Amino acid sequence: MMPKLNSYEAVMARKGEIVKAAVGVDYSEFESGSIAFDYERMMRSTGYSFKDVMEIQRGYAIGNTPLVELKNITALVRKLAKDGFGARIFIKDEAANPSGSFKARRAATSIHHAKRMGYPGAIAATSGNYGAAVASCCAKSGLKCIVVQECYDSRKVGQPEIIEKARKCEALGAEVVQLTVGPELFYTVLRMLEDTGYFNASLYSAFGVIGIETLGWEVAHQCWEQIGKDPDMVVCTNAGGGNLTGTARGLIRAGAKTQVVAASVNLKGLHMASDTQFNKKSFTTGHTGFGMPFSTWPDRSDVPRSAARPLRYMDRYVTVSQGEVFYTTELLARLEGMERGPAGNTSLAAAISLAQELPQSATIVVQETEYTGAGKHGCAQLSFARQNGINVSLGDPKDEVPGESIVLPARPSLLHATDVDLDHMRRSLISHAASTIDHAPTDEDVAFLAAETKTNETFVLGALKQN
Amino acid sequence: MAKKGDWVRIHSVVLQVGERAAAVPDDTKRVPLELWTKGYLQRDASIGDEVSVITRTGRTERGTLIDDAPHYEHSFGDFVPELQRAGDEAFSFLFGGEE
Repeated sequence: MMPKLNSYEAVMARKGEIVKAAVGVDYSEFESGSIAFDYERMMRSTGYSFKDVMEIQRGYAIGNTPLVELKNITALVRKLAKDGFGARIFIKDEAANPSGSFKARRAATSIHHAKRMGYPGAIAATSGNYGAAVASCCAKSGLKCIVVQECYDSRKVGQPEIIEKARKCEALGAEVVQLTVGPELFYTVLRMLEDTGYFNASLYSAFGVIGIETLGWEVAHQCWEQIGKDPDMVVCTNAGGGNLTGTARGLIRAGAKTQVVAASVNLKGLHMASDTQFNKKSFTTGHTGFGMPFSTWPDRSDVPRSAARPLRYMDRYVTVSQGEVFYTTELLARLEGMERGPAGNTSLAAAISLAQELPQSATIVVQETEYTGAGKHGCAQLSFARQNGINVSLGDPKDEVPGESIVLPARPSLLHATDVDLDHMRRSLISHAASTIDHAPTDEDVAFLAAETKTNETFVLGALKQN
Repeated sequence: MAKKGDWVRIHSVVLQVGERAAAVPDDTKRVPLELWTKGYLQRDASIGDEVSVITRTGRTERGTLIDDAPHYEHSFGDFVPELQRAGDEAFSFLFGGEE
């Protein structure tokens, strides 16, 4: 047998076969040969029912986290809103999961499956909380675990938030491999999958996303218990899209009629693969640098077809600034007595603004918190920003320029979520999809794209005509 | 001097400057893709030596020895007065009756 070539091009050329062996899914089964593919069939292909997923999560002590009413933040919102306005805000305290975030739900089915299928270990490509989630489940399942992070710039300066996540992964028994900036992280992961025969615990496989459905389902059920009705709005921090996709699917599964809003930290102008800009940002997840591209083209992930397809479920998309999220993290600690990690509070920052648009009878659920610790903390991240030349001040957050400044609101009334043009994003997805084929989209493609963008065939045909 | 069997950290280059992906921005293309990991040292060595380690999952990795018994130094950062002031302001706005 010829020895395998390990150049970047050679490894990327065999990514299809590597991923197939490492996820155990043949994605060609779901393809139509054109734009359309059978998304729901792919989501069912794991072989695990919703009940199975709940039982698997119970086995790892994941889920059933508290839904906490933020009475003081609601009172603050009502002081800011016009008369009769200011929805009740609740938060799902996902930091209570064993690994400290909702990502535990994403890891559970994958690792249970990897164990059952006889894989000796699992690999996850992540700089986020997902690493600790995979490490935690692997520890409980007796599997080996490798977490591959993008952590440093070429000066060997690491993001404190990511270094903390490395520490946590190691504490839970994982091997952590850290890289400098660049999308070739995927190349490194492919080589490791090939060398080890481990399971690819992809964030974007159906195994990863069905686990989050329990979160949406719990939110609906806890709302019925605590307030006797569906939540009017659920706000999800949006990066790769799995959080929103899974939560919305869980809400639908529970029968809840709820508006689903995405929220991301605005990092406009910063290039995610840039060595010199890597440490100019103070958020390594939950930001527009992932949120925008992964919404408008989900299949850029590490599996051929992503199970995270947020535009299918998104009713609205808002951004908040870095300063607003650090400020909100301080509010949660100072007004509610809950010290949590900043990135998970992106959706809470948005909710404080959105609640002012809704009547007092309405309810908003913020569907996550995450753990905090050294490195992953407002003071750590703002100090790091200062060390990297970012100007940190109190003022009006609308003056913040990502990569240059962070402005904490001087007063709570200055916190304001900004709407993203969702139709523009939908047209972008449709246009990109059309560019992947060399013929006119079929009727099946048009129906598929309507579902992909939560629109209708008229919208899709209009977007295709403009293209 | 690090001893055989010590828990160490190593550094290596995965892709040299000319080997980086085409889609990478120019500033990133000008620097190599570097890697760090940890494992048990396979022979006595000094910092800066090329060594082999066995990682926690049993993989063999080669690279430059950069640290013996590595530990974490990340922290809660410096005092950030703006954050404290913002929290104080919100607290008195809500509980102190100040407008």
